[in-house]
Amino acid sequence: MATQTRSLPGVATTARRSEGVWRDAFGRLRKNKLALLGAFGVLLLLFAGIFGPMLAPWPYQAQDLEAITANGSEPIPPFQDMSHPLGTDQLGRDILSRLLDGAQVSMTVAFVVQLVVLFIGVPLGAIAGWLGGRTDTYLMRITDVFYAFPDLLFIILMSVAFRETAFGRALNGVLLVFVAIGLTSWVTVARLIRGQLLSLKETEFVEAARAIGVSDRNIVTRHLLPNAIGPVIVAVTLGIPTAILAEATLAYIGIGVQPPRASWGTLIAEGQPFIRSYPWLTLFPGILIATALMSFTFLGDGLRDALDPKLKGKQ
Amino acid sequence: MAGFVIRRILWLIPVLFVVSLITFALMHAVPGGPWDREKALNAGTIARLNAIYGLDKPMWQQYIDWFGGMLRLDFGPSYQYRDRGVNSILSNGWPITVQLGVMTFLVAVGFGIPLGIFAALGHNRWPDYVATSISMVGIATPSFVLAILLIVIFSVGLDWFPSRGWKGPDTWVLPVIALAGYQVAQIARYTRASMLEVTRKDYVRTAQSKGVRQTAVVVRHMIRNALIPVVTILGPIFAFLVTGSFIIEQFFGIPGIGRNYIVAIGVRDYSMIMATTVIYAFAVAFLNFIVDILYAYIDPRIRYS
Amino acid sequence: MEEAVSLELTPDEAARITREQRETKAAKSKYLLEVKNLSTHFFTPDGVVRAVDDVSFELGYGETLGLVGESGCGKSVTALSLTRLVPNPPGKIVAGSVVFDGVDLLKLSDEGMRKLRGKEIGFIFQDPLTSLNPTLTIGYQIAEAIRQHMGLSKKASYDRVVELLAKVGIPRARDRLNDYPHQFSGGMRQRVMIAIALSCDPKLILADEPTTALDVTIQAQILELISVLSDEFGTAVLMITHDLGIAAGMCDRVNVMYAGRIVETGSVDVIFERPRMPYAWGLLDSLPRLDDVRSDRLRTIEGLPPLLINVPDACRFNPRCAYARDACRDHEPELTPREEPGHYARCWATDKGGWIP
Repeated sequence: MATQTRSLPGVATTARRSEGVWRDAFGRLRKNKLALLGAFGVLLLLFAGIFGPMLAPWPYQAQDLEAITANGSEPIPPFQDMSHPLGTDQLGRDILSRLLDGAQVSMTVAFVVQLVVLFIGVPLGAIAGWLGGRTDTYLMRITDVFYAFPDLLFIILMSVAFRETAFGRALNGVLLVFVAIGLTSWVTVARLIRGQLLSLKETEFVEAARAIGVSDRNIVTRHLLPNAIGPVIVAVTLGIPTAILAEATLAYIGIGVQPPRASWGTLIAEGQPFIRSYPWLTLFPGILIATALMSFTFLGDGLRDALDPKLKGKQ
Repeated sequence: MAGFVIRRILWLIPVLFVVSLITFALMHAVPGGPWDREKALNAGTIARLNAIYGLDKPMWQQYIDWFGGMLRLDFGPSYQYRDRGVNSILSNGWPITVQLGVMTFLVAVGFGIPLGIFAALGHNRWPDYVATSISMVGIATPSFVLAILLIVIFSVGLDWFPSRGWKGPDTWVLPVIALAGYQVAQIARYTRASMLEVTRKDYVRTAQSKGVRQTAVVVRHMIRNALIPVVTILGPIFAFLVTGSFIIEQFFGIPGIGRNYIVAIGVRDYSMIMATTVIYAFAVAFLNFIVDILYAYIDPRIRYS
Repeated sequence: MEEAVSLELTPDEAARITREQRETKAAKSKYLLEVKNLSTHFFTPDGVVRAVDDVSFELGYGETLGLVGESGCGKSVTALSLTRLVPNPPGKIVAGSVVFDGVDLLKLSDEGMRKLRGKEIGFIFQDPLTSLNPTLTIGYQIAEAIRQHMGLSKKASYDRVVELLAKVGIPRARDRLNDYPHQFSGGMRQRVMIAIALSCDPKLILADEPTTALDVTIQAQILELISVLSDEFGTAVLMITHDLGIAAGMCDRVNVMYAGRIVETGSVDVIFERPRMPYAWGLLDSLPRLDDVRSDRLRTIEGLPPLLINVPDACRFNPRCAYARDACRDHEPELTPREEPGHYARCWATDKGGWIP
């Protein structure tokens, strides 16, 4: 944003302060209340995910059989017993602790998947965009194939196929979930990067850089990619809810994270048959999933509006 | 236009092929088979079962056999129910799933588009805030979370609707809303954004400079053009609908093919898994195809170029 | 310019047009358009932008008036203000009156204004590609105003559309009724826009840079078309342009605008031969001429136009003016008369008692 001081001599007029792209964007973000709410939620969830299980009152698989039998063999409802603030399930396991474990699973999946996406998507997209021509066409055909296959079905297939293997059993099934979800999500980021490179490739500042002898690799990494970062950040942030949802869905069907680890999806599956009698078993994980999705979505929307105000409202 | 349609149809075939190939490969590439149950069977029994079901043939042979059968709409025997084939199991659930899908689609489009238009026309005033809030919540709430909330409030709490089954209109309400919620929100968001963009277009100004009534400007000039990009996202939205339907079926105990799918996943019923996967994938591809045609139809620039 | 373009009128058409002209164009007041102290401001987060600041001018029946100035001087906003098409928010007409054929447009109800648009006042916009609805046929778009205002049947409207298309020089008009805008070339699309503007035989046409988006060769054709048709139908034209050549060729009188104000006004001859304002000199001087020495650089006016926020009371051109003195910075000059009748300029230096004789 160039500084434009148009002043009439001797008279004060307003001139726009020159600000960096990032500072401008950050300013816009700060004013967006919804985005701030989302950011707050994200931080809360991150905290829960990282430190939660350490701070939890009970280990997630521990069964407090005393309390259950004392309650007439019924799970304890929330807000009654201080040692089980959110109640227990029918096996006496503390809901709060299990929720925190689920938070850890969800946050891990969410972020690791995005790392996988970036690792695969950025280089492939950059290669396709920079080289253009036939390489681009081949890579695009490959992504088209991935596109045609509905994501969820592919993820389920992969999980079903590999769940009995060592790979599938690693980390209670969490590794398999990463890979499966990651394999279906990298396409969007690759396309974004490719699109940006294709259009920026022909601009004058690239010509100028070439003219002074900057190597291709440096052009891409130092000039083009930083310009493409904005949309990528947005895509990654908005991709997190998809990943969280996919993980919860898999767990719900029973093929994602394996017991005894508690994913929010497994908690819902376990609580579902008792939804009329013990609604809190499904309500709490449901609320947490919704909160996580909303927080990341609000933050992602806010980032997008902040980084390109022309797109405001376009969503 | 005809050329466009034909090219799109031809594109469906490789998609089908790739989908079935990948499904087949994944199903057969890993250890563990359909006979891994709690009770271990002896080797002789396994060998005989394999022979009966054709599992002892080479992979490529199995695939060709299966593909041929699929083209004839014969999906082979089920591995969990010895006495029935996949077809007979699916044929019961199939109409129910289609009914759920169609109703959800109608609700999604029927509520989503007007909501988006309403929000855009009342931009920065209360209609916008209300509609946008509804969409925000809808987007962030996945179908099964929405299902939980609906059941807890309307079924357990108010007892207006049952929480399971599929018999009669009052069992339709909650599942359809749960499944459609996300779609309504997405469609509304997109429609609103598109309408807002169209408001700034020059041809709207031209229409106003002609003295056209504002209602006519909105309907003839704004909505028509705003809906074009909305149609393009209907494809992915329907994909979501199709693949989300089995979750809802599971949740509400609806006897559609989704439930069969989930059970089959649990017990490794190969042919059932393959059949339902291919059906779902094909449904998505077909819906995308319809959306492409629709898009070409309503945008004259695509039609005549 | 005087080359006859054959636009044959059938006897019916000629009769109808003459009759209509007599009926609708009977002058209700001295001027077709009297703009007094029009001010349109834009309320932005950075401040209030006074895009059109106290602008006054008149336009006679059937006259072609040029509104000339560089980008951002407020000429387009002026035109939009006349028909109350300024986007609100953030723009708003804050003061003034626009008396059209005896009626103050700014005091009309929204419905009253709407009835005049398209019927009495036509608009030709700059970019014909974005100004036409891509999903409607051009036949429909031209007929839209006719059916709205003239109450003709569908068939009669489309007949009139065919007439109009022929009039603006689009061949095989009846075949092309059902074509879409993207199937036409740029020049053809602008002809369609002209047809739309003329469709209800308006008294005034606002032409906002009608040829800027077109090739130079097509420009001449379009301008000629506008000129011929406005003569034929007795339509007044407000020609907005940054191109002095266009103004010179088409207009009877010219207003020069700068920074939201009119800084000079007069007949086209006077403005081009004897301008009395340094900005006008700079403009004319900057036109490249065939007899320029080749190695000379192009002449420009140094500096940039001012931001129209918090404008002080001084001549707005003075930072860029070679002749500026203290008087120019102290107080903004008024539009005062110059030698020739109808010639006014806003400059201390060339005024009576000024330092440029």
